Amino acid sequence: MKLLLVAEYRNGQVLGSAHDLMGFAGETAAEHVMFVVGSESSLPLYDGTLYLAEASSCGEYNPAVHKQLLLGVIEKEKPDLVVFSHSSYGWDLAPRIAAALGCAQVSEVVAYDGGSLVVPVCNGKLRRTVEVKTTAAVVTLQAGAFGLGGPLSGTPKIVKVESDTDGQLEFLGYEQAEAGGVDLSKAEVIVSAGRGIGKPENIGLIADLARALGGEYGASRPVVDAEWAEHNRQVGTTGQTVAPKLYIACGISGAIQHLAGMKKSEFVVAINTDKDAPIGDVADVLVIADLTKFVPLLTEKIEKQ
Amino acid sequence: MNILVCIKQVPDMESKFRIDASAAWFDTADLAWRMNEYDEYGVEQAVRLKEQVAGADITVLSIGPDKVKETMKKALAMGCDRGVHITDSDVSRRDPAEIAGIIAEYARDKNFDMIFTGMQSQDRGSGQVGVLLAEMLSCAAVTTIVDFSYREGRIEVKRELEGGIRASVALNIPALVTCQLGLNKPRYPTLPNIMKAKKKELLSLPVEDLRKLESRQQTARIYFPEKKGGGLVLEGDPARLADELIQILKQKTSILA
Repeated sequence: MKLLLVAEYRNGQVLGSAHDLMGFAGETAAEHVMFVVGSESSLPLYDGTLYLAEASSCGEYNPAVHKQLLLGVIEKEKPDLVVFSHSSYGWDLAPRIAAALGCAQVSEVVAYDGGSLVVPVCNGKLRRTVEVKTTAAVVTLQAGAFGLGGPLSGTPKIVKVESDTDGQLEFLGYEQAEAGGVDLSKAEVIVSAGRGIGKPENIGLIADLARALGGEYGASRPVVDAEWAEHNRQVGTTGQTVAPKLYIACGISGAIQHLAGMKKSEFVVAINTDKDAPIGDVADVLVIADLTKFVPLLTEKIEKQ
Repeated sequence: MNILVCIKQVPDMESKFRIDASAAWFDTADLAWRMNEYDEYGVEQAVRLKEQVAGADITVLSIGPDKVKETMKKALAMGCDRGVHITDSDVSRRDPAEIAGIIAEYARDKNFDMIFTGMQSQDRGSGQVGVLLAEMLSCAAVTTIVDFSYREGRIEVKRELEGGIRASVALNIPALVTCQLGLNKPRYPTLPNIMKAKKKELLSLPVEDLRKLESRQQTARIYFPEKKGGGLVLEGDPARLADELIQILKQKTSILA
C-alpha cells in the first residue's frame, strides 16, 4: 500500500498536523510520499520524497491551484490513499480530489483497525467502520487521533511541482478574530458553559462559580455563536487552547473541537444530565445533575470553605 | 437570482441512540428529528440574500422519507419560496457521492446562481456533499464560511480557519458556499409565516429518477465506542453531590487546599 500525505502550510509555516499524517503512516506501515504547498525555508521534517510547490508563486490557499498540483502528483505516484488532516484545509480540498478521481472519501478517521477505517457518528456518540468500494480513496484524519507517531525526523528529498492555473478565487487576506480581554491560557481554574446552560441568564451561575474558585469562565462554541458569551472566552479549536489545573465543563457535550481545546487540563469535572455525552470520556469526575440546581449549591458551599 | 438551499433532517444529538437490526445504522424509530443545525444558517443566509436582491427565488431541497417534509416546512416558513422533496426511504445508507450526485442531477439544468449547504451534517459529519456537488456542477465553492456579503454578481466571504483566524476571499457567482455555525442568527418562523408556508409549493420527486451514481463506500458496522478514562460518575441529591465534589477537589487538586 502507498500513501500520499498532504501536509499543510499557512502564512510561512508548516502546520503541526504533519504529526497526524506520520502517525497514520506508522500505523498502516505503508510506504509513503508527501506533498505540501509551502516553502524551502519551512520544510516538514520528513525522511522521504516531498513534492513541493512554492507558496510564493501559488499564493495562500486556492483550491483550484492546489487541486491541480495534487492531481499531478497523484498521477505520478498512484497512491492507494491520499491522506489529509480533517481541518479547514483538508475538508475543503479532499472532496475536490475525491470528485476528480471518482473515488470514495472517508472523513474524520479516528482509527485504522486491521485495514478498515473507523469514523465518528452523531457527535462522537457512535462509531462506524467503513468499507471502501473504490480502488483508491481519500481520507481525512481527526486531529490528534494518530498524533502519537513519535517525533518527526529526516530531511526530505524535494521534487518541485508547479501550477499553471489561477482559479476563480481572489484571496483578500487573513484576519485574527477579536483578541484581547481574557487570556484563558493563564487561568488556573476555568469553568465553562455549554449549550446545556439553557438560557443566556445562566451564564451568571457559571461566572459565579468561576469567581468562587478564583478562576475565569469560558464557553463552548454554541454559547459564543448564540452571543451568550464573548468570543474571547471560547475554548476549542477555533477559540483558545487551555491547560488549567481544574476545568469544569457545565452542560458541554464534548464535541471533538471543544475537547481539542481543553484535554490538557490537569483535572476535569463535567456536569451534565446526559451520561453518554462524549465529555465523560475526558472527565475525571462526571456529575449527573441539572446544572441550574447543582452549580449554585456548589458555589455557595465553596464560598463557605 | 435563482437560489438553492440543501438541507438535511437529522436526529436530535441529545437522543438516546440504539443500534438497528442491520447493525449498519442507528434505529430511526422514537427519535426527535430537526433541521441539521449547519443548514439553518444556510437557509437564513439565503433568505437574507433574497431580501437584498429584488426578484430572487429560493428553492429548498431535501432527500429522505416523508417525514423530512416537516423540516422542509420550517425552511419554507423561514422564507424559502418552494420545496423539492426527493423521496428516498434508503437515505441513511447513501454515501456522500450518491447524495451529491442526486442533487447535481436535479440542479444541473436549473441555472442556480447561489447554492447554500451546511458545512457538514450533525449525524454523519462527512463534510463532503457541498463540495462534491459544486465539483459535479463545475461551480466554484467556498467552505466553512462565517461571513457573507453580496454585491453586483460577486460574493465576499470569510472562511473560518483554525485558531481564530479567518481568510477573506471574493469570487463571482454562480457559487456554492458551505455554512459554518455562527454565520448569522437563524430566525424563528413567525406564526403568520408558518401559516403561509403551508400554501407553498412542495414538489416530490422519486430518488430513482435522479440517482445515477453508485455508492463508493458503505458502512460495515456501527457501534458504541468503548468508554475510556473510567472517570468517577456521581449521581443523586445535588447538595450531597456538591459536598462529595468538594472533598474530591480537595484531595486531587491544589485549588481548595
